[in-house]
Amino acid sequence: MTLRTPEHTPDSLAATVPDGALLALPPDNSLPSVALARALVRRGAKRLRLLGVPVSGFATDLLIGAGCVAEVQTSAVSLGEAGFAPRFSAALKAGTITVRDATCPAIHSMLQATEKGVPFMALRGLIGSDILRNRPDWKVVPNPMGDGVSDPIVLLPALSPDVALIHGVMADEAGNVWVGRRRECATLAHASQRVLATVERLVPGDMLEDERLAPGCISGTYIEAVAVAERGAWPVALLDEYAFDAAHVAEYARLAKTEAGFAEYLDRYVLNQQAQAAAE
Amino acid sequence: MTIKLEERLAATLARLILDPAAPPARHIAVGAASPIPAAACWLVKKQGHPVRLSLLHKRSGNPFSEGSRELFDLTGQGRIDLFFLGGGQIDGQANLNLVGTGQWPGGSPQGGVRFPGSFGSAFMYFMTPRTILFREEHSARVLVPKVDNISAPGVSEPGVFRRGTAQALVTGKCVFSFSPERARFSLASVHPGETVESIRAATGFDFDVADDVPHTPDPTEAELALLRGPICDEMLETYPEFCARVFDRKLAA
Repeated sequence: MTLRTPEHTPDSLAATVPDGALLALPPDNSLPSVALARALVRRGAKRLRLLGVPVSGFATDLLIGAGCVAEVQTSAVSLGEAGFAPRFSAALKAGTITVRDATCPAIHSMLQATEKGVPFMALRGLIGSDILRNRPDWKVVPNPMGDGVSDPIVLLPALSPDVALIHGVMADEAGNVWVGRRRECATLAHASQRVLATVERLVPGDMLEDERLAPGCISGTYIEAVAVAERGAWPVALLDEYAFDAAHVAEYARLAKTEAGFAEYLDRYVLNQQAQAAAE
Repeated sequence: MTIKLEERLAATLARLILDPAAPPARHIAVGAASPIPAAACWLVKKQGHPVRLSLLHKRSGNPFSEGSRELFDLTGQGRIDLFFLGGGQIDGQANLNLVGTGQWPGGSPQGGVRFPGSFGSAFMYFMTPRTILFREEHSARVLVPKVDNISAPGVSEPGVFRRGTAQALVTGKCVFSFSPERARFSLASVHPGETVESIRAATGFDFDVADDVPHTPDPTEAELALLRGPICDEMLETYPEFCARVFDRKLAA
């Protein structure tokens, strides 16, 4: 059964993301919509504040290199086997972006606070690290469930991204998006004001009616819009659908060492719509 | 066939995992880009010890069903017994710097180099009963007197909740053991070709030395056979370049 093509494309969704938005992206192994990141580069988005959930990868480096980003909050930025993220490092050195370092479970916990509708979550660890020292928004209090004076513990404020960009495997007629076991994408969706999703394909029916598919779904309740983007996670992996394109990311890492090389990469793979259509 | 350094390091890590003086390792998690610690864990398992391995960043499959937060939730509860950490800088008090050198946050216009970031280290180092530090590069650039930035501290003030810290630091040149009471490393063994003097020359921090420092033992024939056979089989998909380089085995196309 073939469904009608929906009204949205990655570029039409990217047009709805305002400059300056707090924009959340899962990392390279967990379903980021790289198709939407490329569309944001094409639309010339500015001053985005990126959130890595809980770390950042290829799409973050691409958006930084294209001048779309003012700030990154994350627990690490890396291209995996291809090494350090070159445009992130260059922008930090040039002073054109600020980075707010976190640590992985802190980002999960801040999103979970929003998911539950409470003002903060507590997290062990962190005390004595310079990450905490550089986060005036994180507070240390004596464990209020203890004797009230000892056992210091860190409180993290609830965090609600303006927009989350996720690439799922499929979406159904009810607007549910299937992400499999990557449940951090579900927490992210629950905690975000808006979720824009791309998917490989549309399927008929309602996956929440299927006991085997329902546990891997993000309910359509949380999804604002879906566009089809085949190979929309490329060059990163999508579950068991396709593998990480290590050769392409290595080529990116090589080109993105210089501003000129990065511009060449954008021309070839992002701004050129025909090449883009062929890749996706 | 000569013993490769990677094989020696994997066998050395496996012995540390099995150290009877350390808390038991029933469930071990291994992070990204860690083929040598992963090989060490497989060696423990293939020797018949009952251990659950959660290997993050497998290319296919995944040890968790609740997303990447599950590792941290398990660790928060004390269900992960052992984890491996490294660092762009490691100092003599076992402080780790995975953030960067120079002024915070590293690699700023004022200078220094930015490393990727802390990942989960600022939590895992506290909440795991023991951590084995592993960094193959042994140089004064990495092993410094004092890290520029602390992404995870080696020891904590009294009263701060902490299950454990570094058990040992394994490098390409030697093994250090760590005393949390004294917040200090001592040289446990040197790999072949190294001496106390050569270790001192390559290390930026001060450490204790016993009167007689042994050589790190060679892997046994049985350990080498496991590493080159069934362990290579297990690792081929996730670490193809490592297996090709160390075990001379290629993934079938």
